[in-house]
Amino acid sequence: MMQRKIRVLIAKPGLDSHDRGAKVVARALRDAGMEVIYTGLRQTPEQIVETALQEDVDVIGLSILSGAHKALFPKIMELLMQKGLTDVMVFAGGIIPKEDIPELKKLGIKEIFGPGTPTEEIIQFVLDNIPKRS
Amino acid sequence: MTTVEEIVKGILSGDSRSIARAITIIENNMPEAKKIIASIYPYTGKAHIIGLTGPGGSGKSTLIEKMVREYRQKNKTVGVVAVDPTSPFTGGAFLGDRIRMQELSTDGGVFIRSMATRNYPGAIAKTTKDVVKILDAAGKDIILVETVGAGQSEVEIIKVAQTIVVIHAPGLGDEIQAIKAGLMEIADIFVVNKADKENADKAVMDIQAMLQLDNKAHAWKLPIIKTSALTGEGVSQFIEKIEEHKHFLEVEKESKRSLTRAEAELEEEIKEIVSNSIIEELKSEGKFEEILQKIMKREIDPASAAEKLVREKFKKAK
Repeated sequence: MMQRKIRVLIAKPGLDSHDRGAKVVARALRDAGMEVIYTGLRQTPEQIVETALQEDVDVIGLSILSGAHKALFPKIMELLMQKGLTDVMVFAGGIIPKEDIPELKKLGIKEIFGPGTPTEEIIQFVLDNIPKRS
Repeated sequence: MTTVEEIVKGILSGDSRSIARAITIIENNMPEAKKIIASIYPYTGKAHIIGLTGPGGSGKSTLIEKMVREYRQKNKTVGVVAVDPTSPFTGGAFLGDRIRMQELSTDGGVFIRSMATRNYPGAIAKTTKDVVKILDAAGKDIILVETVGAGQSEVEIIKVAQTIVVIHAPGLGDEIQAIKAGLMEIADIFVVNKADKENADKAVMDIQAMLQLDNKAHAWKLPIIKTSALTGEGVSQFIEKIEEHKHFLEVEKESKRSLTRAEAELEEEIKEIVSNSIIEELKSEGKFEEILQKIMKREIDPASAAEKLVREKFKKAK
């Protein structure tokens, strides 16, 4: 009898090409026993949402360092809703100013992790916030 | 709560969300899995299933991306299953094959799913067969199953695919000779990728030399195709060869091969049901624990213990 595995999509929306942080988080979640789909750089919101749908992920982690989060995150959350992916937990990380966080959380992004966040904290957060499947 | 009926209906109409949800149910061996497979099985058997294996670094994913584009130009719909290993220590997996294929994500005629082996041996997952059935029933014309294989044990792909492609590339460090006997025996098409590199021709010659050592007469002449996923060179030829093999299978050996595949699958399913139920019964009767103690005390060896238990169980049944 197989255990249900947690599937996480780590995605980089926008045009920045710094993926070391995203890969560190991806590997940490893998080492915590999760199946992590990493899709590389320069993803559009459409690509991210379609991937989340096909891969039937439980969690999406968005990594962005270009400052375009205010433009891209609302689009991503809107597409997720349109496609019926309302039971996916979304968190974000990268270079996101503190003052933008409340607005992003209102969009439905569960938590934002700044640079230097210990990976243990992110792992624990994901484990504590896995959405229940309907 | 989406019912099994709704999911099955969705699969048969090609709905991506239903396909994705069904794959998760099958992967996790959830109770609905059996019902879903039973419902969609009559609709399978139409797709051409191609297994692509070869060592890491051979450029499989990039080549697959080119293949899918070409198939899409011919108006074929494609399912891609990309399998990567699960870490035996952490149980987790890094599934990065999509990186090379991401532009295809938004093409409605392409469905890509990344799977982890979950420690099943042979470089595919135990449930890959059933995932392929779902994509088949969903109407995909072509299903590509990508796995990492370089040795003798990564040959489980033959249980899943009809056409087996082994992909290698020059300069991977371990030379063509390292393609172990297992892979050589199951390949229907050999591809030397990264043909733009200078030792590509040598790689082709090395494979030819290895194939010449095989004296048996074969109805299918094993082709070796040079491709460059970077330039697109050879990809059309490659697709043509795959198509040729499909016709060959239809005319010649396919019925034997698919019979062998079905036989293997049936046996595996029977073994699993039988062993699970016997072991469960023995455990609930206390017989399992009892003889386990004897094994620990070195009074009986495990093989004899197993024989004893099973013989007793079947004697009672008669």
